[in-house]
Amino acid sequence: MAKRIDVSGLSAFYGTHKAIDDISMTVEPRSVTAFIGPSGCGKSTFLRTLNRMHEVTPGGRVEGKVLLDDENLYASNVDPVSVRRTVGMVFQRPNPFPTMSIFDNVAAGLRLNGSYKKSELADIVEKSLKGANLWNEVKDRLNKPGSGLSGGQQQRLCIARAIAVEPQVLLMDEPCSALDPISTLAIEDLIGELKERFTIVIVTHNMQQAARVSDRTAFFNLAAVGQPGKLIEIDETERIFSNPSVQATEDYISGRFG
Amino acid sequence: MSQATMTQDTTPAPAPRTNTLAGKSLPRWSPIGFAAVSIALAVGLGTVAGWQSKMQWGLLAALFFVVLTYTAASAVEGKRQAKDRVATSVMWVCFILAVVPLASLLWTTVGRGIKVLDGYFLTHSMAGVPGFEAGGGVYHALIGTVEQVGLATLFAAPIGLLTAVYLVEYGRGTLAKAVTFFVDVMTGIPSIVAGLFLLSIMLMFKLQPSGFMGALALAILMVPVVVRSTEEMLKLVPNELREASLALGVPKWRTILKVVLPTAIGGITTGVMLAIARIAGETAPIMLLVFGTQLINSNPFDGAQSSLPFYIWEQYRVGSDASYDRAWAAALVLIAFVMILNLVARGIARWKAPKTGR
Ligand SMILES: Nc1ncnc2c1ncn2[C@@H]1O[C@H](COP(=O)(O)OP(=O)(O)OP(=O)(O)O)[C@@H](O)[C@H]1O
Ligand SMILES: [Mg+2]
Repeated sequence: MAKRIDVSGLSAFYGTHKAIDDISMTVEPRSVTAFIGPSGCGKSTFLRTLNRMHEVTPGGRVEGKVLLDDENLYASNVDPVSVRRTVGMVFQRPNPFPTMSIFDNVAAGLRLNGSYKKSELADIVEKSLKGANLWNEVKDRLNKPGSGLSGGQQQRLCIARAIAVEPQVLLMDEPCSALDPISTLAIEDLIGELKERFTIVIVTHNMQQAARVSDRTAFFNLAAVGQPGKLIEIDETERIFSNPSVQATEDYISGRFG
Repeated sequence: MSQATMTQDTTPAPAPRTNTLAGKSLPRWSPIGFAAVSIALAVGLGTVAGWQSKMQWGLLAALFFVVLTYTAASAVEGKRQAKDRVATSVMWVCFILAVVPLASLLWTTVGRGIKVLDGYFLTHSMAGVPGFEAGGGVYHALIGTVEQVGLATLFAAPIGLLTAVYLVEYGRGTLAKAVTFFVDVMTGIPSIVAGLFLLSIMLMFKLQPSGFMGALALAILMVPVVVRSTEEMLKLVPNELREASLALGVPKWRTILKVVLPTAIGGITTGVMLAIARIAGETAPIMLLVFGTQLINSNPFDGAQSSLPFYIWEQYRVGSDASYDRAWAAALVLIAFVMILNLVARGIARWKAPKTGR
């Protein structure tokens, strides 16, 4: 199920502005890779190039290669829609569909892509909500609107929605940035469980979180404001946090920045 | 720190203040008191000066009210509260100025229209009724309006909706700019011009007047209104929802159909209903293209029809007491028609709007 991602020479642009420059890295399957780095260094941009969401932004353009188990996502005959089915995404801000119930939100990805039997759907929805640690809280009100949940519940609803379509890679852009410590812990536990089945990439500003959940950590930085962001280094999380090979990484992690 | 910035401040020190947060204030009834005083003053002055027009009295009262409020409030409460009160009272004055004509229009229409408005009036045409005599009804005109407006909506709503979807979801570059420009131009087309345009086509192809031709002209007037309102509503749909759907691997067209449109459906419906309300009162294209008749013709594709605004104009032109009554009653029917549509639209909007709460 889980797939390896090989990125080589990847640059992304907003119009003429180059946001990230020449990034190459490997993301191992069945593991959690964390992206850390200062604000504006292009973590979200890079994440979005991994499932071809970057080109949704007006003016968004990508150069370079992203191999998903030897298949280049940016080859000319690749359909971005099928890429996004394989590589799911959870956004920084929870964004449940306001017109849909909790059930329909989780079933959305399946329903909008094809037809399923009712019983089949119900099974998948239950499984996904249990996977996202939300089932017990919402099982009595599956027909209520998803926007009536708390922020943390909404975020877990979005995770359930993303895993319901069984992607092979799951990208998470600061999934806990708006959550309380308890919901954060729930989501971190969830990430630990999900990595058995998926390849997971998570962007976070929380160093402890990166240290807790990830197997490998990538540090991004930018030379100056307006310059494109670059990958500084990627390594085992323990090494990055104990003995990084680049001075800038150590400075950033220990808070001695600038 | 803040002390230092305070002293550097070049603005004059505020007027001596007591140390409490509560200041002196006018009593709660003071706006009503001011209103009473200014109305009394205006009436007094108006009678003394011998002004005939009640308009002048009203405007004078409004002026007195604003001046009185400002002076009293600035004397008692201070400058900022005085400005606040003036802004509030100007708003009230404008509100009343806006509502008075509306209320008086409704009052007159209901008062004069209710006289002959009954079941008979709604279910009979003017067939065989001499214009200047009492009797007859509005049925043929009502049918005409319903059919012409219905057909026009059938043409204009999908075209307008799809254009708006194109502009918001797909449109980039020159084509989108050109479409926007032409929609703007279309918004400004007077209804008589739309009527003349279709009349020239009608004459060119030697067609007979019919409800259908009128509906086409109404559709031309309706499209830009639908485009504009739908566009605004679609722009209100947060981009995050589109991205959430796309990230699930949903194709763009399904995202629009299943996520964007349902989210905006309430506002879109309201916009379409408002466009309908606008065209329901059009007379000019009907005169040119539908021609008008006294008889019931429920086939919009063949032969002349009537419509409510046309009927009103026709009855008013006859100039007898009975026909005036019929004109007012038809006006009341037209207002009720638009009002009912409006309420339906609001109902739909409320029913379909994104639900919040548990
Ligand atoms: N839609 C956009 N249009 C133009 N430029 C953008 C857009 N989104 C991001 N950028 C620019 O791209 C660069 C990288 O932004 P990005 O959002 O990837 O940063 P980030 O590392 O995710 O930051 P944060 O940690 O604050 O989320 C920034 O300089 C930003 O100004
Ligand atoms: Mg970001």
